[in-house]
Amino acid sequence: MNQSTIILDPTAERSETMRARITPPPSLAGLTVGLLDISKPRGDVFLDRLQSRFGEQGIEVRRYTKPTYTKKAPDEIAAAIAEQCDIAVEALAD
Amino acid sequence: MHVPRMDVGIDRSQPKEDVMTLPNDGLILVVKRDCPTCRLIEPLARELVERGLLAGLYSQDDPDFPAQLEPTDDRHLEASYRLNIDIVPTLVRREDGRETDRTIGWHRGEWQNLTGLKELGAGLPNERPGCGSLSAAPGMDEALQARFGATGLSAREFSVEFPEDEVEQMFDRGWTDGLPVVPPTPARVLRMLAGAGRAPDEIVGQIPPAFDDCTVEKVAINMVMAGCRPEYMPIVLSALDAALDPDFAWSGLLSTTMGVGLTVIVNGPIAERVGMNWGMGALGHGNRANSTIARALQLIAINVGGAQPGGVDRTTIGHPGKYGLAFAEDETDGAWEPLAVSRGIATGSSAVTLFANCGTASYCDELSRDAHSLNRSLAACLLNIYHPKSVGDIDAMLVLGSEHWQVFKAQGWGRADITAALHDATRRPGADLVRGVGGIGTGIEPEQADSDVAKFREDGLSLVRAGGRAGLFSTIICGWSGGAFGSRMQTREVKS
Repeated sequence: MNQSTIILDPTAERSETMRARITPPPSLAGLTVGLLDISKPRGDVFLDRLQSRFGEQGIEVRRYTKPTYTKKAPDEIAAAIAEQCDIAVEALAD
Repeated sequence: MHVPRMDVGIDRSQPKEDVMTLPNDGLILVVKRDCPTCRLIEPLARELVERGLLAGLYSQDDPDFPAQLEPTDDRHLEASYRLNIDIVPTLVRREDGRETDRTIGWHRGEWQNLTGLKELGAGLPNERPGCGSLSAAPGMDEALQARFGATGLSAREFSVEFPEDEVEQMFDRGWTDGLPVVPPTPARVLRMLAGAGRAPDEIVGQIPPAFDDCTVEKVAINMVMAGCRPEYMPIVLSALDAALDPDFAWSGLLSTTMGVGLTVIVNGPIAERVGMNWGMGALGHGNRANSTIARALQLIAINVGGAQPGGVDRTTIGHPGKYGLAFAEDETDGAWEPLAVSRGIATGSSAVTLFANCGTASYCDELSRDAHSLNRSLAACLLNIYHPKSVGDIDAMLVLGSEHWQVFKAQGWGRADITAALHDATRRPGADLVRGVGGIGTGIEPEQADSDVAKFREDGLSLVRAGGRAGLFSTIICGWSGGAFGSRMQTREVKS
């Protein structure tokens, strides 16, 4: 018996690219840390605390805020973080 | 009876490997034994063969018919497909590989002209209709196109070899929502595309959360898998257009930790045309269109957009509506303004409305016979969606049952009256909602304690009618974060 059925691929047929994670810096000295608030309730509480702790260590911090957590970040915010920061922390949830 | 075929501009001469060769010149006759007219003209076939006038003779169902003439066995229907045979018998003249004339059935004058034999069939009746070609049976044309023709499809093909099970393979590949899916064979996808009226390679948009391109062909593939029929295609394409509106925030629905599915509400004549249910059990199981239209959208999100549950789809608990909820609105009472009309679609037009679905709650009040009482009663339930102390950011859709509607209608209330009254009845003193009040930590900011707070934004509460005639019930569909910072309900006209 030699029966076969052809089925069509329902996916986007994307080619997935695996990227290695960057190595965590050995020290934050001299680096700029971006803090992204996604506008979830109380996300700012977490980020305020982080900013305070980073400040105590003399680490430069920049704050960013998404207009809403329901939609992806505007490209300009993502680009600003990439250009202005060395690492970023995103506060995901309340 | 001849069944009209949906010809989508197929190049039937397009060769595949091992293609059969048709005679380039001369007369070709296609017959089947199971056709009285073919049996009637059997002596004429013999006469044409004996005179050396037939370049090709093909039998669709019996290689021994016509007897002793050794016709070419066309039970696989390749010749019938390439010759585009609708009726048997068909007599075709070809010159230099191109058809120059044909006659279908038996018509003495036409056969005599085509063959040049002035006395052909003198003893037969003047004419007899033919029979439907096996190649023109419903769904056969796409099956033959998939096998012999140029399909125009570009999706990657997978061959599932016996005894492997294609349904199990699709489970293994993660192409499902957890329920079995219909294998998207090329023939089924071609049949689905016939309902689109759009080119297979047309890009309909980028599907979140991965935002990959989605073609009409990919829509058709996922519709096949969901169990849709081709006539649902205009609804699905319009719903997809609505879902891709940035204001609908589909990416948020698909990736949030809340459990959010899609509600698809269909208005207008297309709902009846495709057999949708707006009556008994409309929000439940049992109707094919209701069960598969929203499921197709969810499968598109999973397969094209990469919204794999547990992957990018981070829903904490989920709910059954994640499979997709679709129903039509009951428009049988002219006193009720349909949802789509209330949203700017012309009366009599078909439309689809998309609403986020964080779950449904049944509502029962079998005693209120007064509109004001029923309104307060409904409001009491609406106040509880999401959380009783949550205000202003969660939308709701009230599915008004038939008998509840009759209570309002008896006192002259319509959509606008009910909506306004529900808004009024769902306002609460801010002091009751402040964080910590009632021993409940959640709530609004203390600064709002002196305000009169609305449960819903101005456009955050919508009404639709559906359900059976008996039963004083309604249903509340809990939306998601609404407004400019969440998901705005979307309506699109469905053109077909």
